[in-house]
Amino acid sequence: MIVALLVLAGVSTPAAAQHAGHVMPPEPVPVPAPVDPHAGHVMPAPEPTPGDAPPPPIAPPPAAAFSGPEHAADALYDPAQMAAARAAIPTMHGGATARKIAVDRLEWGVGRGANSYAWSGYGWSGGDIDRLWFKSEGEGDSADGLDRAEVQALWSHAIAPYWDIQAGVRQDVGSGPERSYAVIGVQGLAPYWFHVDAALFVSHRGDVTARIEAEHDVRLTQRLILQPRVEVNLAAQDVPALRIGSGLSDAEAGLRLRYHITARFAPYVGVDYVRTFGNSAAYARADGDSVGALHALFGVRAWF
Amino acid sequence: MTITIPRRSLLRAGALGVAGFGLSRFIPAWAQSGTAGASASAGSILSGEDINMRVAHSAFAVDGRQSHAVTINGTVPAPLLRLREGQRVRIHVDNALDEDTSIHWHGLLVPFQMDGVPGVSFPGIRAGTRFTYDFPVIQSGTYWYHSHSGLQEPMGHYGPIIIDPAGTDPVAYDREHVIVLSDWSFLHPHQVMARLKQEAGYFNRQRRTLLDRAGNDAMSAQDSAMFAQMRMDPTDIADVTGATYTYLVNGHGPQDNWTGLFRAGERVRLRIINAAAQTIFNVRIPGLAMTVVAADGQNVRSVEVDEFQMGNAETYDVIVTPRDDRAYSFIAESIDRSGMAVATLAPRMGMRADVPTLRERPLLTMTDMGMGGNHGAMQHDMRDASSVNFPVGPGVDMIAPMPIDRSDFPGLGLDTVDHRVLNYRQLVALDPRKDTREPSRTLEIHLTGNMERFMWSLDGQRLSENPEPYRFERNERVRMTFINDSMMTHPMHLHGHFFEIVNGHGLHQPSKHTVRVFPGGKVSVDFTADAPGDWVLHCHLLYHMHAGMMRVVTVRPLGGDAA
Repeated sequence: MIVALLVLAGVSTPAAAQHAGHVMPPEPVPVPAPVDPHAGHVMPAPEPTPGDAPPPPIAPPPAAAFSGPEHAADALYDPAQMAAARAAIPTMHGGATARKIAVDRLEWGVGRGANSYAWSGYGWSGGDIDRLWFKSEGEGDSADGLDRAEVQALWSHAIAPYWDIQAGVRQDVGSGPERSYAVIGVQGLAPYWFHVDAALFVSHRGDVTARIEAEHDVRLTQRLILQPRVEVNLAAQDVPALRIGSGLSDAEAGLRLRYHITARFAPYVGVDYVRTFGNSAAYARADGDSVGALHALFGVRAWF
Repeated sequence: MTITIPRRSLLRAGALGVAGFGLSRFIPAWAQSGTAGASASAGSILSGEDINMRVAHSAFAVDGRQSHAVTINGTVPAPLLRLREGQRVRIHVDNALDEDTSIHWHGLLVPFQMDGVPGVSFPGIRAGTRFTYDFPVIQSGTYWYHSHSGLQEPMGHYGPIIIDPAGTDPVAYDREHVIVLSDWSFLHPHQVMARLKQEAGYFNRQRRTLLDRAGNDAMSAQDSAMFAQMRMDPTDIADVTGATYTYLVNGHGPQDNWTGLFRAGERVRLRIINAAAQTIFNVRIPGLAMTVVAADGQNVRSVEVDEFQMGNAETYDVIVTPRDDRAYSFIAESIDRSGMAVATLAPRMGMRADVPTLRERPLLTMTDMGMGGNHGAMQHDMRDASSVNFPVGPGVDMIAPMPIDRSDFPGLGLDTVDHRVLNYRQLVALDPRKDTREPSRTLEIHLTGNMERFMWSLDGQRLSENPEPYRFERNERVRMTFINDSMMTHPMHLHGHFFEIVNGHGLHQPSKHTVRVFPGGKVSVDFTADAPGDWVLHCHLLYHMHAGMMRVVTVRPLGGDAA
């Protein structure tokens, strides 16, 4: 049996012509067609291709191309089975969903006052264009516990290659009075690789505030990344109950140096300076709080 | 010089192959290390008119690490299917998976209902059922087959096809080896896809550092700023990299060191198939020139090179003539140079040649951005929606402003090496084409995407959006011009037809089933729509196809033998 197969296999090796397959003189390399410097501006006719006669015109398919059944296989297989198989195509070719959960910052701060802690994270689920997002951030310190925390639930819709529009609700909890907000914002990637998240909040009391965050990764090595980050909070009016003053109410600048132990888990050290301005600063002084605070940070960044 | 392998050694090799089958039963004998050649490993070759294949889950080990694979008849790669031009074949496929499967005969001209694309050519093969493919074999050459269902192909569902010509083979050789290149991840393919959606650059561990940007690498400050302003990463060359992939030769990792045997002075035909899911390879054998004799199964005039690039699904047949009684390293380096497949060609088992280190990863250039080599073109709109006739949405991050024909380009990073590298203009068909008509119209197809969102599409639409098919009239001769509006190399594959690359060789334009379209460039192909039915056109980077970079192709009227 084996011998028979081997003989068969041996026979199948072509006992080919002696001279065939030897190197033949190469044809002269065609001169590349000149590049039209204006091509791509107004499109229409394709540029000439190498060594070719004028290219054929761009034209729609002839009428006969539209004849016959829409689905050729329906004539040869059970149309119901074909319809079911067609219905499965979208998830196989572009329509699948994905999800992500990320903790951007989970950190402890050491400064002049009590030690502080803070977190900021997000998650999303959905397709390429529409996604459901949630975001959460908060902070507190070892003396007074949780100072403030918020959770946002947002519908996110891609409006441009690098930008999503996001709309939804935000709920605050913590030491101050609770607030609910409507949220609308844009999030994305600005030129030169700046991650930007800008959102406008309208509270159920009618207070209007806004927050703009921007961060940038500076790759020192493949694993060691320095991230400058700024955040500013703005308000359209004073909100004394929340100790928020109108205009630029506070700003934060941070510098974090993280090390990617894996691509998805990176501890970091950093520094962070927060400062309140205007009436926010006045509220802070009145409360006996400092208007500026510098912290040394230790934290982790991870996603799943 | 015809067959110089004495029959006795053939028998020995065969016996070894069969014995080896028991030892490492997850690798077919032709693909086992130490094989004397594809013709000598009868134990795992499927031939004849009735062939049985069983698709199932199996254990599979790479470089000593256990994993699990989707296999055909229990092996990775799947068995070598060896047919003869002119025969008819019935292939009975049993699906022992718990999900649908399919087999697409890549490059084979079969009736559309035998082409194996679920939802287009047939309903797919349900779990626990049998489907019989039945078609005439009307061509010869090196091809392959793989699943067209979900992400089964990256899990091992691929195998080689050799079709021996009915007449004499114009290529003379003493021995042949099949070399199936692939990429293996211990991450499940769905996990790989999830990571790409979560963070498109997740697998790229070769990004530019601050030092690189400060002038430590080849990129000028001006280009650097342009890329940053565009939010494009000049190191985004491969989506999935050596960070997770082990690159395989015939199912063997670099440590497994697949070895193909030869005798000094023999003409050895290597039938090289890129069956990788997401890897474009640069292939070379240091110290040994390669004479390319066929591309995508079609004979071409011999052209001697030292290296060539292979897009996913391309096949190249090369002749090597090792003169010395020594080992040679066969190297298939991934396009981003994050890893390589390594095998050995040697006169005896146990030999190993030097393995070169990975070369420095290349950087994308302004030409790859579609600037046509015009580096002063910064005033160009990089996303001019008025220049195309499809909607330019969030899934399209760029429209190449000045795409140039790049059929003379050897591939990213291969234009600066100091040895001979193949390009498409060097491919000349051995026989003139049969349809001598000039195409009557041009169809422009834009390869579009958003690198940051890992969205991929044709003419701005993913297949999931149910776009209008590309329609052709039966026997119509058409030119397709692929315009690459992205910064990645896309191997574009048309089912059911060969197209000829318009490369200046007239009636001897080379026939291909898959063509690499270089970043920011374009390439034209002519074809005759002579196969009625429904087909597909897609990027053969599997995760691009999975992201939607695929379109239905219809050829009408059906009539005659089609329905």
